[in-house]
Amino acid sequence: MIRLFKTAALASGAALLASSVAASTLVYCSEGSPEGFDPALYTSGTSFDASSRNVYNRLVEFERGTTQTIPSLAESWDVSEDGMEYTFHLRQGVKFQKTDFFTPTRDFNAEDVIFSFERQRDPEHPFHLASGGTWEYFNGMSMPDLVKSVEKIDDYTVKFSLTRPEAPFIANIAMDFASILSAEYAAQLEEAGTLELLNQQPVGTGPFTFVGYQKDAVIRYRANEDYWRGKAEIDNLVFAITPDASVRYQKLKAGECHVMPYPNPADLEAMKSDPDVNLMSQEGLNTGYLAYNTQMAPFDDARVRKALNMAINKQAIIDVVFQGAGKAAKNPIPPTIWSYNDAVEDDPYDPEAAKALLEEAGVSGLEMNVWAMPVQRPYNPNARRMAELIQEDFAKVGVKANIVSYEWGEYLSRSKEIDRDGAILLGWTGDNGDPDNFLAVLLGCDAVGGSNRAQWCNETFDALIQKAKLTSDKAERTKLYEEAQVVFKDQAPWATIAHSVVFEPIRNEVGNYKIDPFGGHIFYGVSLEN
Amino acid sequence: MFSFLLRRLLTFVPTFFGVTIVAFAFIRLLPGDPILLLAGERGVSPERYNELAAQFGFDRPMWVQYFEYIGGIFQGDLGTSFVTKKPVLDEFFALFPATLELAICAITLAVVLGIPAGVIAAVNRGKFFDQALMSTALVGYSMPIFWWALLLIIVFSSGLGWTPVSGRISLLYFFDTPTGFMLIDSLMSGQKGAFVSAISHLILPTIVLATIPLAIIARQTRSAMLEVLGEDYVRTARAKGLAPLVINGVHALRNAMIPVITVIGLSVGTLLAGAILTETIFSWPGIGKWMVDSIFRRDYQVVQGGLLMIATIVMVVNLTVDVLYGLINPKIRKG
Repeated sequence: MIRLFKTAALASGAALLASSVAASTLVYCSEGSPEGFDPALYTSGTSFDASSRNVYNRLVEFERGTTQTIPSLAESWDVSEDGMEYTFHLRQGVKFQKTDFFTPTRDFNAEDVIFSFERQRDPEHPFHLASGGTWEYFNGMSMPDLVKSVEKIDDYTVKFSLTRPEAPFIANIAMDFASILSAEYAAQLEEAGTLELLNQQPVGTGPFTFVGYQKDAVIRYRANEDYWRGKAEIDNLVFAITPDASVRYQKLKAGECHVMPYPNPADLEAMKSDPDVNLMSQEGLNTGYLAYNTQMAPFDDARVRKALNMAINKQAIIDVVFQGAGKAAKNPIPPTIWSYNDAVEDDPYDPEAAKALLEEAGVSGLEMNVWAMPVQRPYNPNARRMAELIQEDFAKVGVKANIVSYEWGEYLSRSKEIDRDGAILLGWTGDNGDPDNFLAVLLGCDAVGGSNRAQWCNETFDALIQKAKLTSDKAERTKLYEEAQVVFKDQAPWATIAHSVVFEPIRNEVGNYKIDPFGGHIFYGVSLEN
Repeated sequence: MFSFLLRRLLTFVPTFFGVTIVAFAFIRLLPGDPILLLAGERGVSPERYNELAAQFGFDRPMWVQYFEYIGGIFQGDLGTSFVTKKPVLDEFFALFPATLELAICAITLAVVLGIPAGVIAAVNRGKFFDQALMSTALVGYSMPIFWWALLLIIVFSSGLGWTPVSGRISLLYFFDTPTGFMLIDSLMSGQKGAFVSAISHLILPTIVLATIPLAIIARQTRSAMLEVLGEDYVRTARAKGLAPLVINGVHALRNAMIPVITVIGLSVGTLLAGAILTETIFSWPGIGKWMVDSIFRRDYQVVQGGLLMIATIVMVVNLTVDVLYGLINPKIRKG
């Protein structure tokens, strides 16, 4: 009997290989099941991988492997003088995917753009409530306040009017929630009274056509023959849903999949020495930090904050908490974001200097709270352990730290309070690769009492980031953000702790795979050797 | 027999309502607000929070929410998942056959191996075979499931290449699954090799899930058999000159079965609990992982609906066990 299975296992392995000669099939061992296939309804990367990143396109997209925006379904766009009107010129001759459940009769045009945004924006739209949708990202990026109207000028021109100038708008509409769906397909579903299928059977203009999904097991796609950038190099794409990281690695080793995300840190050494595996790595689009409450004494004194920053041994944190899968952070934005100021010098680890500076600030016998998150995050895999290390470091300079923690929802809301005590461990994962998404959201004056956990409002810093919002000249914006990072370092509202390092093991036969800084898994442009 | 059945069915009703209250309260008593958890670090404005709470009905009084839940149950509606926006019952029935298929295979394996092992151990009490079997059972009972599963994968899948690492069927096969039971669907698909592939995918998860019930059943059978073998009527049967096989296999085993059936019935709960880990490791698309994810997301509707369904299944199984007792032992149905 065992021999029979062995033969079957070998046969299926051989057949998989054989079929990859005739028609190449790339198997991706994904980490979980998508919540659905409408990217505007969800916020998880797992759902985006299964939909927006391989099935859909957007007006503007991020160039694969970077945070730079490039034209996609919009060939070009004009911005009005006052920065309040964006006119997009759409690409012609783009076909929607033909599937078993939908055959398009027309090419992509302005109707599809209007549909894709209005369903999220207009509460009266038939698709707005039908899906039970909360349109998390559309709301999260403040699009309802920002977008005044979306108008069709002609079949291939669309105008967005904004309520205020906002340079990061282009990066916003390159995000997954802004994927372009087919208005014609939606109309067909509306007529049949099956609106919910929009979220179950996706139709897009992207490189891969959805074939089928067996819940929690497998998702199948085939290359879109009519893809406007040219057909993908691989013929079939399969997501084999494999929640356990060690099992994913066993599957990769056995040749049952070609690419896997999120390896166990404990498996990294074995992967490095595995001859069949190429272990790729890159800094993640995130920053883990310790935010002081800059409105409460003694943390309202920048010298105290600087001194505490100098007391923290970051290398020990990288070694112990990240087990090497992290990089010490010196700026509030990660190095993969444009305008990262590499000239900034980090506060050195120097307990003696820290003590002296505390003395100079007249602080002695300080006792404070350090908040540790109850959950694991890419930017902080073990907050409790990190807090303990910081506690020891602070003790060395005569500061007594008490570690506190709350349930996650409670933690997030309590830490917003302006009179909150001590310093809090938290972090941020970038949404759109725009520096504004870190600097304004986490450190702007508007965000005090909200996502600005340091409750830090610095006039110089805020003037710089506000100015950068108003201009769409990227060189100009880069300069302003670089300057803002210098102010940040000098004032030290946070101890910047670390950026995670993302590892992705792929099999050697996979060619031209790139790690996506946004954490996505994109298979257009990827090849598979025999 | 009829009044016995009726009495048992009547105890079912309060238990059912008890379960609805526990399931409803459990997830709400856990600290953690589903809207805040969904928003994460990004946060949510108070206005938006109220909008969402109204959209999902979280703003209404608890008792209103509870009665809506109960009302829904009687209309066969367990609500809609807060996260996936799909009806809870649809999700349950899409996933449950996978769990059931695995559980049936595991309990079958546990019974088929566990009862004979227990009988043999009892008959050879104190001898090498008994000690070897019972030590093995103790090891099986104490082993952490995830460790055992990974060990099997590393040896049999990655090392020897005898079994696939995970999943329910090879990715080569692609067919509709009308029943949700991969063994049946693969046969019906008519695709060559699909059935063998489905079986080969079942082997390791079945072994892992069966390990604990197998150990419990073997130990229970042994101790029940030992007790029965010491009874007067067994001595009489021996004295009468009956063949040992008849004494052990017919007279003793039948009477030893009562506690064993209890244990088998109770293992259904254990199987469903064990399924959570087993399913996660073997990427087995069942309800175990679905429930765990939902608890973490505070997906109220899924947790209260899923718990209710699982509890109902366990109750039905226990009811069946009670009825089986009655069939085996007339004293119980009269008592």
